This record gives sequence, structure tokens and C-alpha cells, in this order.
Amino acid sequence: MKEAYLLRNTCERPVKHTAAKVGAMTTTDTHCPYCSLQCGMRLNETERGVVEVVERPAFPVNRGALCGKGQTAAALLGPAHRLTTPLMRERRADGGRGPLRAASWTEALDRAAEGFAALQAEHGRDAVGVFGGGGLTNEKAYLLGKFARVALGTRNIDYNGRFCMSSAAAANRLAFGLDRGLPFPLEDIERTRCLILVGANPAETMPPAVRHLRRLRDNGGTLIVVDPRRTRTAELADVHLRTAPGSDLALALGLLHLLIADDLVDDAFVTARTTGYDRVHAAAMAHWPERVERLTGIPVSRLRTVARMFGKAATGMVLTARGSEQHSKGTDTVGAWINLCLAAGKAGRLHSGYGCLTGQGNGQGGREHGQKADQLPGYRSIEDPRARAHVAQVWGVDPRTLPHAGRSAYELLDTLGQPAAGTRPAGLRGLLLMGSNPVVSAPRAAHVTDRIRALDLLVVGDLVLSETAQLADVVLPGTQWAEETGTMTNLEGRVVLRRGAVPPPEGVRSDLRILRDLAERLGAAHGFDDDPRTVFEELRRASAGGPADYAGITYERIQAEDGVFWPCPDESHPGTPRLFLDAFATPDGRARFLPVTHRPPAEEPDARYPVHLTTGRVLAQYQSGAQTRRVPALDSAAPGPFVELHPVLAHSLGLREGDPVQVTSRRGRAVAPARITDTIRPDTVFMPFHWPGAGRANTLTNPALDPVSKMPEFKVCAVRVEPARERDGAASATAAPAEGAGTPTGSATASGNRP
Amino acid sequence: MTGRRIAVVGAGMAAARFAERYDALGGRDRIVLYGAEARTPYNRVLLADVLTGRYDAEAIGLPTGAAQVRIADEVCAVDTTARTLTLHDGRTEPWDDLVFATGANPVLPPIRGLLLPHGGGLHPSVHAVRTLADCARLADAATGARRAVVIGGGVLGVSVARALATLGLDVEIVHQAPHLIERQLDAEAAAALRAALGRLGVETYLLNRARALTEHGEVELAGGHRLDTDLVVLACGVRPRTALARASGLHVDTGIRVDDALATSAPHVHAIGDCVQHRGSVHGLAGPAWEQADVLAARLSGADPHARHTGSRPLARLSAPPVEYAAFGEGHRDNDDLEADPALHILRLADATRGSYKKLVLRGNRLVGAILVGDLATVGDLTRACAPDAAVPETPLHLITDGVRP
Repeated sequence: MKEAYLLRNTCERPVKHTAAKVGAMTTTDTHCPYCSLQCGMRLNETERGVVEVVERPAFPVNRGALCGKGQTAAALLGPAHRLTTPLMRERRADGGRGPLRAASWTEALDRAAEGFAALQAEHGRDAVGVFGGGGLTNEKAYLLGKFARVALGTRNIDYNGRFCMSSAAAANRLAFGLDRGLPFPLEDIERTRCLILVGANPAETMPPAVRHLRRLRDNGGTLIVVDPRRTRTAELADVHLRTAPGSDLALALGLLHLLIADDLVDDAFVTARTTGYDRVHAAAMAHWPERVERLTGIPVSRLRTVARMFGKAATGMVLTARGSEQHSKGTDTVGAWINLCLAAGKAGRLHSGYGCLTGQGNGQGGREHGQKADQLPGYRSIEDPRARAHVAQVWGVDPRTLPHAGRSAYELLDTLGQPAAGTRPAGLRGLLLMGSNPVVSAPRAAHVTDRIRALDLLVVGDLVLSETAQLADVVLPGTQWAEETGTMTNLEGRVVLRRGAVPPPEGVRSDLRILRDLAERLGAAHGFDDDPRTVFEELRRASAGGPADYAGITYERIQAEDGVFWPCPDESHPGTPRLFLDAFATPDGRARFLPVTHRPPAEEPDARYPVHLTTGRVLAQYQSGAQTRRVPALDSAAPGPFVELHPVLAHSLGLREGDPVQVTSRRGRAVAPARITDTIRPDTVFMPFHWPGAGRANTLTNPALDPVSKMPEFKVCAVRVEPARERDGAASATAAPAEGAGTPTGSATASGNRP
Repeated sequence: MTGRRIAVVGAGMAAARFAERYDALGGRDRIVLYGAEARTPYNRVLLADVLTGRYDAEAIGLPTGAAQVRIADEVCAVDTTARTLTLHDGRTEPWDDLVFATGANPVLPPIRGLLLPHGGGLHPSVHAVRTLADCARLADAATGARRAVVIGGGVLGVSVARALATLGLDVEIVHQAPHLIERQLDAEAAAALRAALGRLGVETYLLNRARALTEHGEVELAGGHRLDTDLVVLACGVRPRTALARASGLHVDTGIRVDDALATSAPHVHAIGDCVQHRGSVHGLAGPAWEQADVLAARLSGADPHARHTGSRPLARLSAPPVEYAAFGEGHRDNDDLEADPALHILRLADATRGSYKKLVLRGNRLVGAILVGDLATVGDLTRACAPDAAVPETPLHLITDGVRP
């Protein structure tokens, strides 16, 4: 199988140097365009303009290893799949839409800026908003936030990072006073004695990180994997806990209960370095082993084994990822894992701690510099008067003109084009969207697609014609990755520099330039530079003194030091690879236990929808697939969606391998071929979410939000699974008419345009 | 917080769960728990292991949200018309909603000599295991004791016998029925369990009734045989505590009668936990009590005013290796039942060598009961499959044969 080949090739061996090179060559050290590892890589460009990805062994995160996505990253550099000219469509008087047609930059930017200005004049400033992405560089994320607050003056900006690690971010801030994905370098994993990996499948989602798991085991450490599926990562583990979807919170509380019962709580640590233990102790008592067994599906004996492994280990870590976080109780779930670490004395110490394996390339930096509804640069709160004053001064504006917190990502998308109703304010009429593809990646995607269509003006900046860009009124083609320079902050809190290596295709502009062009037309003539270094220098000043302090980080230091870890308050500061060793970032320096208790998923199986659906990713694709589906080697390795189900379930439904399966939830229906495997629970099916059209997993997912982080419940909902009738195979994903929840969306348009 | 007041009569597990959920769901009325015991709510499920010393008595307290907990403050009367309650010392307090969560009392079997004459209470060598106070007294007595007799071989009796054996006592169970835990287990499963107990040194006398407690502290069986012992534990089941509800004029049968809304026969009066009878069932297990508490908390907090309790599928479970079993629903159904119930389908897997016994009971495509003894590898999937709406394939062998696929 091709995917397996990719995995072997990437996990076991670093990429080979391409042997023969002809003529003069430019070499640029940079980082991968994809996930939050931000693996180091080297780009060689030959005289003839051919770009090769080769290893860069010195960079400590991946030591030269790259996955198939990284290896083939150069495939998107050519003009083949790229947008190279702005596109526009006319709106007819009857509200109908014309086709997208090529336009000049002036035409397109004028249309966008004039349209936004007109909507704001008629409906108020908050009627236009911005939706960003966790793949944008720090410079872009920063400038996008500034653009929203200063050029548009809107409170409504958020980004797809809400769908990524927002639950972990919220819990980190509550417990430790600071949110950085990992409080230690990734390499530290190799040195811990016991690692619990929860809802994380790095073997598929970040293969170069797997080396650290292997070394952990080679060093005698224990690896425990919690996942409803026996993933490739789970196969590496000493113990795999195959939990029922949506039950991690109960599991963590149950393990804490057993730490208490087995007298493995580190009382000295709890006394010296934490607060709030008593309430959490009581919550743990409400989660006794037999009850947790029933909630999680994990036998008591295995719960005991794992609690002892973790409790008795000299050092230990818990790392969560989307599987544990993308729930309507994601914040509490992460809180429960943090509680376990604190009770065991496994935090704020060398080779111990809680961490989040952030997903998107700049999922970390993207949440620090102001594209989040409630934040200002430096991870400051937009409701904190001191933070407002500081940032306003850097921006040269009156703090009173800065908007306050706006709506979170799903709330923004859910209300697009909607009039005010009850206590709910009117939705956006105009939207600028950059670096995101919510038609594929948002929960309840058919509904979100309808909402996007209801906008008066949608402006999308992207490098390819994504499914969301296809719905836009104005599409602005941007540069990407190796065509531009900018910093990213990886899952470790390490700020790295992506350097421009090749010229962009004719006709595209950088996102910074696009923001500048739009800002100028909106009357903000100053303060929007399109030079990344200039923007970074401003970001340093804006972040100075904030929790994520970049003041001491320079492009030169990043290059010289293999990245710099924030906080780094001045240029003589070495940066902070390991947080919390002396004190936590709370006012009293102590970590706070979080009072949490288990609650069921927002939607549980019932007679009509008797099976759990969980969603996730596969090795060869990335997020909404807008990039990776256009890379031939990746597309052929993972060409389309599928429904993974257990032989027992398949047998009872009369399904064979490859048969079309119809999966129906209260929000819609999707069809994809069956993939039968005993690595999944019999009561659960799995679908990867990278594809649009009939097999779009997010047609089915539940937008129930976490009350704190506003994370939607991507990882569990209730579905009905049945063999698809013949004609269903060709049908597009639709909202389920039976529920009266919406109308057919005709997203066949989206799938029809796949390259 | 509103000015409304919800009085909870009782401060046991159901009461604590209700209070915690009500708060977590955003309920805004003031909650007051009135408990007869001199202890804030604790987890009764863990008592057997308080006995073994695994848990400190102080460490098993349960969360109660924002509720006010009154300990040693027993409610003696409830006026459902005036909406007041009267406390043991005569004080009266008003309420807007009232929740009966009075729990259950241990059943006292008809054994001569069990009670001291003239209302002197239980014979000093006799113990119940219902409260932390009971448990402390029993733990005390067990120190220095050599032999114990447990009267009753149900869920509690087996659990306590195991705990006392762990403490090094020679334990004998006296049980009236033909096999242990007859309400949940069938004969074969009970035999496997009995063998496992035997390996801990626990002797079981089936089809035997204790008739008297002699003046020397021996337990005299109906057949006349006497068991020498240092202490006696009563584990003959529990009975809903309904006297107060009855005196308050509520409809009471075996338990306080409630509908699917957990409403009693009086307006604004609800009942949950071991004291209730719902759709004819009286449970006495933590699982159903908490499910009822969850539903009532959802209703009264406003989080889901239409929440309904449609019944529970309680699971009897002991996980104290080598004594391990899980049983739920109609697991006790046997071949004799097949004639009257032709839709019944029974699957069994027994391994005499390893002492394991596994059984599934299906009716149509529903799993209605199951038993695992000895080998609990599939218990996780099984407990999940016990959910009322869980999809179960025609022959769910995977629930008893870990690793075997159709």
C-alpha cells in the first residue's frame, strides 16, 4: 500500500540527498509548509528553476526526516495548480451570481474595499469580518488582526485555530497561566519515563515526530496511547486504551481516582506548587473505577495498570491532540489530564509535564498575535485595559477606538448573512477570508456552506482555488511558503524562520501586500507594511511585555540558534525552551487544579442514530486538502474519503470492503466506500475529513461548542450507517431533508472542480 | 441566585450527585441537603475498600456543587401543602421544591438473638455495612478477629466477604438461595465465583439459613449446625427508607412511587435513588440512583426541562482480583426460560480450567443481559453494549471472545 510505503520511508530514514546536480544551485534552509512540527528542510533550486526538497539534518525537531507531504511540498510551487490572477464574479440584479472571471488587481481590490466600506456604512462596522488561519505566518496573523481592528474597525475576527487547539489553549491558561503547546522541546519526550498520548496519532499526522516515541521506548520509557482506534501510533505503544469516543474526561478522572487509591499522589508537590486540589479530589471520588469502566469501555484492570505505570514513573508526560480536544467538553478534558499530571507531581519539572500537540503549521503563533476574537498581540486579552493601551500605542491609535471581543469561529460562520434575532446580533454581510477552507473543514459543513453563500461579499485570499474560494465574489491570489519570508511558531513555542527561496509566479501578491492594498483603500494609509521583517519588528514591540513575548527575537537569532523559544523579553535573553521549572505563570506561581467532572458528548447514540462517528486525518493529506489533494503523489496515496468500520458492524450491515456506505447524522448525509478493519471499535465508524463533496465528513459533524474554548465537537456525533443505494454513490453531500434542517446545498460544484 | 429553595431530604450518593449536577448545569436555586449522618456525602460504593484500608475514610467525600450541606440534621416531617419541613429539634424550614433522597436501610433478617432485648440495638458482634460509621466499627472489630460470618451471599455479601478475607480473616458466607448473587448470576457463573472466593479462603454455605445467634456468639444454622465466629456481618439486602414519605402522604409501594419525571404524587415533590420505585423497579445500586439524579438535575436546573428517566440497566460489578465478575440485566435467564420466551437467545462460553464463565442473553437483536466471571477482558465493550440503544449484531461473539472475529 502506498501510504504504508510513505510512512516507512519517512519514519525510518531521512530523505536522501538527490545525487547528481547540474550547474549552479541556490540553497535555502527553511521549514515545511504543513504541520506544527515545522520540520527543517533545505530547498535546492537548480539553474533551470527546478526546486528539490532535501534534508536539513541539523534542525533538532526532525533531524532531517520528512514525511511524504514535506518531501513533495515543492510540487505546489509551479504555476500548475496556482491562482495567478485575481478573480471576480458579478452579482446580477436578481441576486444571481455570474461565473468567476479573471480581473486586474486594481479592479479586484477596488471591488473588495468598496464593497466592505459600503456594507459597513449601511450596516455598521461589525457587519464586515475577517476569518484567518493557523497556517499563516506570525507576520500575516499579526497584520490580519491589526487590519480587522484598525482598517476595518470590526470586532469580528476569528480563525480556524478555534477548530484546532483552542481547548488545550484554554485549559493551559486556566491551569498554568500561560498557553504554549509544549512547555519543553519535543526532544525531551525521549527522556521521560512514561508518556500518555491522548487522541493523538503522530504516526499519520506528524510522522517525523515518531522517532521521539521510538527513542522513548528504546530508553526504557513506557508509551501509553489512548485512542478509539488502534492507530499506527497505538501499535507502537506498551498499552493501548481503546476508549469510547467522548470519554477521555472520565478516563483522566478515573486514573486520578486510582492514583489516590494507590497512594501515588505526590503530596509534597501538590502542597508546594499547586492550589485547588481538594475539589478535584472530590471529583475524582465520583469517578470510581467500575463507573469509569462503563463510561470509557476500558476494563478496570487496565485502568489500574496504567495508573500505576504513570504514578510510579519517576517522570511522566501527558500529551493531547485533537482526539481529546475537539469536543464540547474539550477544555474540561484537557483540564482533567492536567490535574492528573499535577497530582502525580509530573509538571514543572524536567522531563515531566502536560503538552498539546498543536496541529496547524502556525497553530501556536497564529493564536498569539491577534487573529483570535478575544486577543491582541503577545497573547494579550483584548478586554485588558493595559493591553489595549500598549497595543494602541504601538499602532498609533486611540485605545478607545479598538473594538472589543467578537464572536468565535463557528459562531461567526453560523450567523453569516443572518439578521439579528432575539439576543443574537446580526451576522456578517461581508467577510475577508485568508488561509482557511471552511466549506470542507467547518463542522456541519453543508449549513456553513449555505451561510457563506448568504454573504453580500466574500473576499478570499488563497494560493489555490479552494472549495471556499469557489464561492467568493473576489479571489486574491497569494504567495506561499517558499515564495515569501516569515516566521512560524511551532508546537514547542520555537519561533522559526521560513525564508523565501524562489520567486512567486507572475501575477500573485503576498498576503501582506494584499492587506496593505486593502488598508490603503479603506483609508488606513500607514501602518500596513508589506515587508515581513518590518512587520516582525512591529510585532516584537507589540508583544513586548505580553505572555508571548517576542521582543528579544530577531531574524538573525532565529537563524543562528535553530529557532528561539518564547518568552524572550530582550535580545540578551536566551529564550525559554522549558517553561515552569521554577514557577508556573499564575499570579502566585502555583498551578491550579481545574474542577472538572465528566459529562457525555452533546449527542449520544440512540435508536435512530445508533453508532458513533469520529473524524480525523490520514498520512498523505493535510487539513481540508486544498494543497495536498493537488500533489499527485499524495493524491494517489490517499485518493478519497472512506468509512472505516469494524468487521462485526460491517457483517451485521451486509457490507463488504469497498461497498458504498451511507452515513447519516442529524445534519446531513455522506457516502464513501467501506474500509473494514478490526482496529476500530465495533460501535464506532471513522471518516477522514480532507475531502469535499459526497464524502465530506464535516457534513455530518456536530457544531455543539465547548462553553469556554468554543471548540466544536468534531470528534464524536451519532450516526446511522447503512449500505448506500446505487444512486447515492453519485449524490452530493446534502443536509438531511428528514430533519428539516436545511436545503440541498449542491456542493457537487465543489467536488466537480477538483483537479 | 434566586430566592427559591430546593430541599433535599438525605445527603447520600443520589443527593450529592443531584446537587453537583444541578450546579454544573447552571441551576440557580439554593440547594440544601439535610443528612442524618454526621458526615458530608461520601461514596458508599467504596466502603468495602475503606474496610480493607485502600481508602481513608476521610478521602471518599463526593462533590456537592454549591449546595449547603447540613449534617446530623435529620428531617422528621414534611408538609407538602404548606411546603415546609420539620427538623429533629423542631425547627421548620420552607422549600419550593423538595427531593426525597432518603436511601435505603439494611434488611434485618429474622434471626434470634440478633437484637438485644428491650430495644438495645444490634448484638455487639453483629455489623451492617451501610455507612462509614458501620464501616469504622467493623474495621475495628476485624482487627484482632480471626473468623467472620457473612449472612447473605448477594452483591454486598460477596464484596464484604472478599474484603474481610483480604484482611486475613477466615470468612464463611451463609446464603439461603441455591447459588450466590442469584438475582444477577446463574448457577454456573455463581459456581465459578464461589470457586474464586474459595481460593481466598472464603467458605460458602448455600441453601442455608441462619436461625439464631447463640449466647456464645455462634451463628446457628437452620439445620442446627453452629459456626464459631468473632463477628457477624449482615448483608441481606436493603429496603427503601420510606417512612417519612409515607407519613407525608406520598404514594408509597415498596419504594416512593415516581413517574418518568421523578415526580411523586405531591406537586413539587420529587424522589431519586434507593428510596424510589420507578416503573415497578427498586434498585439499591449507585448507577440507577445517579441516572435519576442526572435527569432530575436537568429538569430542575432548566438545562433540559423535559428530561425523562426511562429506566436503568444496572450493572453488578466487582473487580477485586481474583474475585471478578460483571453481570447486568437478565443475565440470570436460563434454558428453562426459553419455552416461555421463545425470542430469547443465550450464548455461553465456559472455561473450567481457567475458571472463567461468560454468557450473553439476547432478545431479538437486543442484548438484554450478560455475565462475565473470571475473564473480564471484554468487559469494557460489554458495558458499552449494555446501553439501551447500543447496536448489537446478530451473534455478538466479540463481547465474550476477545480476539475472535466472525
